[in-house]
Amino acid sequence: MAQAVETRKRGKAKEPAVDQAELLKAYRMMLLIRRFEEKAGQLYGMGLIGGFCHLYIGQEAVVVGVMLATKEGDQFITSYRDHGHMLATGMDARGVMAELTGRAGGYSRGKGGSMHMFSRERNFFGGHGIVGAQVSLGAGLAFSNRYRGNDHVSLTFFGEGASNQGQVYESFNLASLMKLPAIFVIENNKYGMGTSVDRASASHDLSKNGAPWGIPGVAMDGMDVLAVKAATEQAIAHCRAGKGPYLLEAKTYRYRGHSMSDPARYRTREEVQAMRTQHDCIESARHQLEALGVEDAEFRSIDDEVKAIIQDAADFAQSSPEPEPAELYTDVLREV
Amino acid sequence: MATQILMPALSPTMTEGKLARWLKAVGDDVRPGDVIAEIETDKATMEVEAVDAGTLAQILVSEGTEGVAVNTPIATLTTNGEAVPVAAPVAAPAPVVAAPVAAPPAPAPVAAPAVPDKDWGPTKPTTVREALRDAMAAEMRRDENVFLLGEEVAQYQGAYKISQGLLDEFGARRVIDTPITEHGFTGMAVGAALNGLRPIVEFMTFNFSMQAMDQIINSAAKTLYMSGGQMGCPIVFRGPNGAASRVGAQHSQCYASWYAHVPGLKVVAPWSSADAKGLLRAAIRDPNPVIVLENEILYGQTFDCPADEDFILPIGKAKVEREGKHVTIVAFSIMVGVAMKAAEALAELGIEAEVINLRSLRPLDTDTVVESVKKTNRLVTVEEGWPYAGIGAEVAMRVIEHAFDWLDAPPVRVHGEDVPLPYAANLEKLALPQPEWVVNAVKKIV
Repeated sequence: MAQAVETRKRGKAKEPAVDQAELLKAYRMMLLIRRFEEKAGQLYGMGLIGGFCHLYIGQEAVVVGVMLATKEGDQFITSYRDHGHMLATGMDARGVMAELTGRAGGYSRGKGGSMHMFSRERNFFGGHGIVGAQVSLGAGLAFSNRYRGNDHVSLTFFGEGASNQGQVYESFNLASLMKLPAIFVIENNKYGMGTSVDRASASHDLSKNGAPWGIPGVAMDGMDVLAVKAATEQAIAHCRAGKGPYLLEAKTYRYRGHSMSDPARYRTREEVQAMRTQHDCIESARHQLEALGVEDAEFRSIDDEVKAIIQDAADFAQSSPEPEPAELYTDVLREV
Repeated sequence: MATQILMPALSPTMTEGKLARWLKAVGDDVRPGDVIAEIETDKATMEVEAVDAGTLAQILVSEGTEGVAVNTPIATLTTNGEAVPVAAPVAAPAPVVAAPVAAPPAPAPVAAPAVPDKDWGPTKPTTVREALRDAMAAEMRRDENVFLLGEEVAQYQGAYKISQGLLDEFGARRVIDTPITEHGFTGMAVGAALNGLRPIVEFMTFNFSMQAMDQIINSAAKTLYMSGGQMGCPIVFRGPNGAASRVGAQHSQCYASWYAHVPGLKVVAPWSSADAKGLLRAAIRDPNPVIVLENEILYGQTFDCPADEDFILPIGKAKVEREGKHVTIVAFSIMVGVAMKAAEALAELGIEAEVINLRSLRPLDTDTVVESVKKTNRLVTVEEGWPYAGIGAEVAMRVIEHAFDWLDAPPVRVHGEDVPLPYAANLEKLALPQPEWVVNAVKKIV
């Protein structure tokens, strides 16, 4: 039976009671991601990180909000803009940064790089460089949960640019047919590289893109970590109840270019500044926390703690040795 | 504290750039995210944003300067009104140069250890179709994580009846019909394998695997490596490969060379029922992605197959199907049968051909081929696919590398004609290797 498609704009139909400890935790994680990405940008500038490097700055509330609604054992998979997702799943900043610098201490021992990192332990399945490929893979993670009869869900993140790939809709169809516990999260940051969503997608409400397959969808304010959490909770409840997949569209924004070498001429400086000054997810969380009575000293202490973690990660990423030449030939195949 | 702002690298290939313009002047306050300068790289003009807050104390590289090396200090930033340091540009930090990788050792031959063929005892006549079905059934009984999915594999009992009876025995949870959506269901199966299940993906024919090739190569074959060994992908992709009969160009081509090209994959190509059963079972148990290239025309052919319930073959080991001393004929899949017919015809001419059934294309059993050539001193390869960068080219090159001095004649390749496969019966026959092509090739060098 087809399910009704719900569309709740910006996820604010009900204001959840704010849990101060949880919001603080989210604030800290968003700050950790931002400082991590700023440091990665610096290290890139110094030539310590090579190749492609896609920063998540501006979008932190999306993955952090989603994480707040999940439980241990749920799986995560995303595209190449993945550093934030790794930190949010609890992966170690040292190992992520050392992978960016291509060192032996990195999560993939230097063989993956920015776009290809994984953690079996943290249920993070990458890190995928081919736009849209992770969506079918994410459906497969959900399939494995259903096959095993557990109540875990998979959370698959992709950009609004990827949402035009054919395999995304093949995956929607499969997930809905098989009633897979799959949550698809479109991180709509408005630009697929340099092409705005309006120039790339004939669909104007991406949260409805699962509608033909009976997949309920909700658009949420991706700059508001608690709004993201609330919408994700609803999606997860649906999935865990065995009702099949769910689509979330986070309306978000990346402050930096698509990658480090993007001059970002396709949007105005004013547009970026307006998002930064009026909608920044970390600033808004801080204002909310201040209103709840959290004092300056606490923010300073979080700030210091985060700075120390990032500095330590950056130091580790520079002191960890390059992989041994013999690593070139390992991990091509598993020994039988 | 004063911080130096360094000339940033703004693209993967940038080593230097032009400092096109300063957007802040000495004495200006700077906040994180403020654009402070514009830099022209080899690709574009980029804005440089401040990372730290402070006051721009000094500009060390004036605007318009070209060829500014990455990591050169371009400005100094101070915080809290501290004194401006002396304007001596500090030496840029030592550039981080990747340590040269030691010359790689010559790739080790990837042949499996030369274990002699185990004697599996009594055989019974079995079609290739039954052998494949039996292999899947046996492995599905053995391992709960193994399941089959693909188009028409369940209720229809298989487009080519390979999965006949599996739905009845294992149920819809483990024998799964998919919509016609190769890219999607292949990706889904790869995702399930990354999470530890052991899918068997049936392609109705390998021609349709091209829709899914990105997932096979970029996701299945590379993830183990890219994850530093954390995340393997135990999955089988199987289905009929190569020309069938009169189905035209889009449904008739050989993917052996395509998939065998890719590190991270294993590729097998069975000919007989024993090959089919033994190799498919090994493929399902293998912790790596394995491509099993079957052949539609062989499905109905009957061969003697070991009846032993534990029968399995190693991947990476070729089989000498017929011994001989005058020439080595190397073939795989349906072309083994062509080579065997040619060997019979050659025997009548007094030429004893040794026929090697490769069974496995990656890893390739170089040792068995080389040993044979050292005995016969002549090599003919036979494949149905196109010659360009084909399996025959690879086999011949390995023989040249490892047994050049034993060759008494240049190796000869027999292969499908280098054209899309035509429909007309006479043209199709002209395009695909026939036993007499092999006989003629042998006669050229013996």
